[in-house]
Amino acid sequence: MSDVSTFLELLLNGVSMGSVYALIALGFVVIFRATEVVNFAHASLLLAGGYVTASLHDDIGFWPALGVGIAAAAVVGAAVEFLVMRRYRGHDHSVLAIVTIGVDILLTTELTRRLGTDVLTLGDPWGDAVLTVGGVSIAHTRIAAFVAAALLITAFLLTFRYTSWGVAMRAAAESSETAALMGVRLGRVSLGAWAVAGGLAAVAALFLTVFPTPGLERATSLAALKAFPAAILGGLDSTTGALVGGLIVGVTESLATGYQSELAFMGRGLGDLAPYLVMTLILLLRPSGLFGTKELARV
Amino acid sequence: MSDAVATQAEPAESRTAPAGSAKTLLTRRRTYVITACALLLLALPFYLDRFWLQAGLFAMAAAIGAIGLNLLTGATGQLSMGHAFFLAVGAYGYCVFAGERGQEINGLGLPPWLAAVLAVLVAGVAGGLFSPIAGRLKGAYLGIATLALIFIGQHVLFNAENLTGGANGRDVPAMSLFGLTFDESEITVANVPFGSAEKLWYLGLVLTLGCGLFARGVLRGRPGRAMNAIRDHRIAAGVLGVPVARYRGAVFVLSSMYAGLAGVLLALVFQRTVPDYFGITLSLEYLAMIVIGGLGSVAGAVVGAAFVSLLPQLLTRYSDALPLVSAPGTGGVAPGEASRYLYGAAVVAVVLFLPGGLVQLAARRARKHPQEDA
Repeated sequence: MSDVSTFLELLLNGVSMGSVYALIALGFVVIFRATEVVNFAHASLLLAGGYVTASLHDDIGFWPALGVGIAAAAVVGAAVEFLVMRRYRGHDHSVLAIVTIGVDILLTTELTRRLGTDVLTLGDPWGDAVLTVGGVSIAHTRIAAFVAAALLITAFLLTFRYTSWGVAMRAAAESSETAALMGVRLGRVSLGAWAVAGGLAAVAALFLTVFPTPGLERATSLAALKAFPAAILGGLDSTTGALVGGLIVGVTESLATGYQSELAFMGRGLGDLAPYLVMTLILLLRPSGLFGTKELARV
Repeated sequence: MSDAVATQAEPAESRTAPAGSAKTLLTRRRTYVITACALLLLALPFYLDRFWLQAGLFAMAAAIGAIGLNLLTGATGQLSMGHAFFLAVGAYGYCVFAGERGQEINGLGLPPWLAAVLAVLVAGVAGGLFSPIAGRLKGAYLGIATLALIFIGQHVLFNAENLTGGANGRDVPAMSLFGLTFDESEITVANVPFGSAEKLWYLGLVLTLGCGLFARGVLRGRPGRAMNAIRDHRIAAGVLGVPVARYRGAVFVLSSMYAGLAGVLLALVFQRTVPDYFGITLSLEYLAMIVIGGLGSVAGAVVGAAFVSLLPQLLTRYSDALPLVSAPGTGGVAPGEASRYLYGAAVVAVVLFLPGGLVQLAARRARKHPQEDA
């Protein structure tokens, strides 16, 4: 296998993984824009969706199970918003971020207790089939991940731009007070944001656990955490940023894992670390991320 | 470190303490409560067994770390998920400085007290290296950025095997101070054999007290006002002349030094350090502590640290007697999981229903009965 085809393979895999991270990061950014809350419980929403899909697919088949999984994660997200976030009476958004940490501890503990040491498959139809074109081979699952993520992201951006829900969402992000005065129901907007984020996370859960990864396990939530650097290096309040950030994280991770032997002096397991190193570097140069709104105040 | 803390804490204390005469000191109920608590804490090693002393020591180490995190998160409003990293720097730093030069694992063989001081300084330097980011990012943004520290830390701990011992960890050399070694060589005090736990108990008390007083001095003095101003309104603070980025960076360094000291104490109690312990769960635990106890105060950090770190120990000890909780591996809810449910729920409940944390309960009582405290 030539150097070029190795590189192409790693790049394609990276782009595919990156689009999955972008899905997660997008949900994260949507919540942030609608409510200004940084949602640390995002990884556990993903785990919840994946778990529901994994435990149902044997009985009702893959596609219905995936549908139920997406719906379940959306319901969990909406429930967190309705039962917890809405009850907070203060104004400090970093305290709300800590509340989401509490929610994350609860959900993750429950789900990892149910998972135990098991590795669950989600029963996807792609299996371990590989497509080879001109010496470059790529797994069917990776192609499916990219296509699904691209479709979902396009659909989301169109919705965001053209439907009244999208307009309400953008208005709330711009200035929540003005939006409320114009008749936008902020409660509904943030409920919707949490539900959408949960649904996107459940789709991402599918593609984080298919071939070549073994399946849904405890460590899946660690993989989901990589969406955080993706979201912040793109800029927390930018949907474009989430997409670009996701791709950067995916490609860096894939290349660092692929060329591990050349980078042996950096130690084993560099692929897991690389996204965070890139995030640190970018934040040093641009504290508000690549596409984030720059702060105008200088103090 | 403890000496430095004590000497620096005193002037801050005397400056902020009310100029009360001996008479008001004797009539205040608080004086007696504090004295009783101090006597109780000093007497405990004579009565408790090793299990409870170790649980108490974990709580003290956690209290030191939580005080530091509360300076950063509670008082300045900067979220940090990277606290576990600085704990690891402290713990492993101590091992490397104090450890003997071995076959596979290196050490510098310095005297333990010097190793502890150096470990705390190294944690501070590590915080300082991150301060270009810590100074410029605000609140939850910093929380995400500090996630990087956890992963960098884990990577180094697993890979720098000649310093950290890799996945198996390394042994922690015993502390020795003024000729007294804090190991298992027993000395007998009043017919009670003093092992490492008993001796460390007093060291832990001194360190926790020193750290608490120093932090109280910082919070009540000029820096504390500036930190709260940054948390409440950053731009206003800047306009008033507070150097925002420098303060954020400085508090981050201070908080990482507290974490470093907590790491040293934890290592001494554990007697062995393993990398798995210093993961993201540990950082979340520390955040849970300060939220449950109360954001922005020393007492809050201590109360929260006691709550979160004693809970799993209590549940483990009494798992037979409790409904729903069972030993690990028997299918029920293990004590560790049960305690995570409890403190996860506590974080949510406290923020929603008791925004000032558990210490607010005490403050409310004091307000209802003002004559007792006045």
